[in-house]
Amino acid sequence: MSVITLTLNGELISGLSGQTLLDVIKEHGVEIPTLCHLDGISERGGCRLCMVEVNGRLTASCVTKASEGMHVNTHTEKLIKYRKMLMELMFAERNHICAICVMNGHCELQAMAAHLGMDSVRYDYLNPDLPMDASHKRYVLDHNRCILCTRCVRVCNEVEGAHTWDVMGRGIVSQIVADLNFAWGNSPSCTSCGKCVQVCPTGALFEARHDGRGNGKEA
Amino acid sequence: MNRNELYEIGVRERERQGKLRFRILSCASTPCLSSGSRAVYQTLQDTVSQLGLDAEVEVVSSGCNGMCSRGPIVRVQVPDAPDAVYSFVTPQIAAEIVRHHAGEDADITHNLIPADAPFFAKQQRVVLGNSGRIDQERIEGYIARGGYTALAHVLREMTPEAVCDAITHSGLRGRGGAGYPTGLKWQLVRKAPSDKKFVVVNCDEGDPGAYMDRTLLESDPHRLLEAMAIAGYAVGADQGYIFVRGGYPGAEKRLHQLERVIRSAEQHGLLGGRVLDSNFSFRIDIRLGAGAFVCGEETALMLSIMGKRAQPVPRPPYPAQRGLWGYPTLLNNVETFGNIVPIILNGADWYAGIGTEKSKGTKVFALAGKVNYGGLIEVPMGMTLREIIFDIGGGIRDGRSFKAAQTGGPSGGCIPAKHLDSPVDYESMKALGSIMGSGGLIVLDDTSCMVDVAKFFMHFCVDESCGKCVPCRVGTMEMYRQLEKISNGSATMKDLDILEELCEMVRETSLCGLGQSAPNPVLSTLRHFREEYEAHIKERHCPAGTCHMNEVPVLDLVDELPRRIQAKAAMLTEKEVA
Ligand SMILES: Cc1cc2nc3c(=O)[nH]c(=O)nc-3n(C[C@H](O)[C@H](O)[C@H](O)COP(=O)(O)O)c2cc1C
Ligand code: SF4
Ligand code: SF4
Ligand code: SF4
Ligand code: FES
Ligand code: FES
Repeated sequence: MSVITLTLNGELISGLSGQTLLDVIKEHGVEIPTLCHLDGISERGGCRLCMVEVNGRLTASCVTKASEGMHVNTHTEKLIKYRKMLMELMFAERNHICAICVMNGHCELQAMAAHLGMDSVRYDYLNPDLPMDASHKRYVLDHNRCILCTRCVRVCNEVEGAHTWDVMGRGIVSQIVADLNFAWGNSPSCTSCGKCVQVCPTGALFEARHDGRGNGKEA
Repeated sequence: MNRNELYEIGVRERERQGKLRFRILSCASTPCLSSGSRAVYQTLQDTVSQLGLDAEVEVVSSGCNGMCSRGPIVRVQVPDAPDAVYSFVTPQIAAEIVRHHAGEDADITHNLIPADAPFFAKQQRVVLGNSGRIDQERIEGYIARGGYTALAHVLREMTPEAVCDAITHSGLRGRGGAGYPTGLKWQLVRKAPSDKKFVVVNCDEGDPGAYMDRTLLESDPHRLLEAMAIAGYAVGADQGYIFVRGGYPGAEKRLHQLERVIRSAEQHGLLGGRVLDSNFSFRIDIRLGAGAFVCGEETALMLSIMGKRAQPVPRPPYPAQRGLWGYPTLLNNVETFGNIVPIILNGADWYAGIGTEKSKGTKVFALAGKVNYGGLIEVPMGMTLREIIFDIGGGIRDGRSFKAAQTGGPSGGCIPAKHLDSPVDYESMKALGSIMGSGGLIVLDDTSCMVDVAKFFMHFCVDESCGKCVPCRVGTMEMYRQLEKISNGSATMKDLDILEELCEMVRETSLCGLGQSAPNPVLSTLRHFREEYEAHIKERHCPAGTCHMNEVPVLDLVDELPRRIQAKAAMLTEKEVA
């Protein structure tokens, strides 16, 4: 690996070739919002929050390799606006009424919205009528809160090695599925390790209490 | 088989055809099939038998002749005379055609298309040179017209580098939409260090209304196989894949046909091990997609070939660097490959002499919509839209007036009447806010509402988004919602602002070309027909009379109230002054 030099928000910085832009930027103390990215699993490039401007064009920093001479800007007016709009889209897609959500107050998505200054949604709420899956003895899946970041899919496949989760359908009707669209509780591949529940950034996957009231993931 | 044997086959087939009194080619490509060409074919054969002409006359099914809107089409080849082409052929007329050419008295002039009809005269058929003129399946027919001689020439007389140079020199650019220089791509794959490489043909073709690629594959399949083998030799690959779209009526049958064509090329020693007795080996296999538009995107297409979920992944790495199973892969569109054989046979200079400075060669379009003559056409780059629509297409149907030409399908845009004289090439189309695209060209007349057109394509994108990235998955849906509001009369000017802002954002932040280009139909209609959008919103009136304004705007009170109060106050002060 060789050392490379790039410009980050007007300052010359160095990184190693082969590193992602996101890693280099974070190493230099600049904070970039991310949702689908998670250290330790493969990148997806789906949420688009981590987009930065490289030589005048926007690119997702988590899936872009840093290279010599890049001119990177992380917080242009446009980027700040776009990140907020992306947040609005995620909130409009399904049902995010935080006040009645198990994850209220512990939610990465909610915190990110607050952090990015998203205080209202200007788009139509799509409010699809999606089911919940409470068939698993320890965990619950609520599709209405899922943002399809696929952290659960990747952690289950790459870390646990079970590949219980996948995505079915395409576009706006995509959904997370356990195995070949089984009820989670009947999944022959799930080892009940709980990794997916741990990594879910929303209230889509949560731990059911033993008393069955489903009162939230452990903090 | 070696070169001499190839030559022999050609000579024998030409002699055989020359001895016939005439040959009848009945179009069996999809559009003609749907207008009843199967019965026509049957009648042609029956009539020939009835007249006892079996030994002197041959009836075969051919690929597309181009004038698909006037099908079924029948072409009669008479030795040493120009072909006679007939349109709107019914079984009765088919029988008359046979009688007429057999020397009997039959009146079919009504169906005969004049040889100098502008529809044909203005075209330049390079890629479609054989289409409609040869038997779809018999390899001898293709060889008789010089087939596989380009491959033989390349294998014996050109180095891989020279082949790539020739393609570069010809100026050919990718016909799949983006117009990337083909020679450059071939060079990249050739230079990529690897002992395993692949060649892939993209025949996904999911744009609504487009059927250039599948027609080419149906009408002249050997041309594609030959070009793939040439490409394999040039870049150092020994395996090729044809990625065909599945999931539509007739796909199955076409697949079997393609399979047979590949087998017959293999049996003749033109594919497989030791092609034409050289040291070069090349196998071709077919891969079937499930009929998703996004499968046409190159990274998704490769994932699909590898048996995975077809969702685009960010580039770089490009397929030329890391493609199928991590190996360098050459991926081109069907029509791009369709140009290779003519370039090798006639030379790069000849090819570079066709077209404009930056866009060389010809382009195939599926001309559709409100024109008199629709079909599959091929014109030199740089021809104006006016020539295409009014000369080749014969003008607008039912005496109505031209409004716009939609090019590039869901990734393209609409070009209004005032730009009818701009040349059709990659750069000018882009400058007008549309794209050349893969070749869909839909002509709209004054009964088309531009908001409705934009809404149609946005709906297509909502359906076809793979769902991986947020701006495309949710953004297309929200843009569709805004368009719906505009067309049902419930939008305010603020909704238009939201729509425009969303368009820009989705264009800039989406992961693959589908999302990046999804806003194009909206942006281009806004650019050229903004007044139509405003009429929908401000006057709740659809100028074309397409949209039903049966909803009322929901006023945004946070914005609207202060504005109304101010207006009221202003009115009061005016009264006071008066
Ligand atoms: C959503 C999407 C759909 C596409 N569909 C097709 C297609 O149907 N056929 C095609 O040849 N290229 C299609 N492309 C372009 C391909 O990704 C690729 O650029 C092209 O096949 C390269 O070949 P070329 O250089 O010969 O044009 C599509 C691209 C996108 C983003
Ligand atoms: S998942 Fe998070 S953002 Fe969504 S409703 Fe629950 S707390 Fe709110
Ligand atoms: S509980 Fe474990 S095995 Fe089951 S889906 Fe989650 S991570 Fe995979
Ligand atoms: S369930 Fe959670 S982790 Fe899985 S895709 Fe949905 S939001 Fe992401
Ligand atoms: S973190 Fe990079 S796209 Fe989601
Ligand atoms: S399909 Fe017969 S002419 Fe095009």
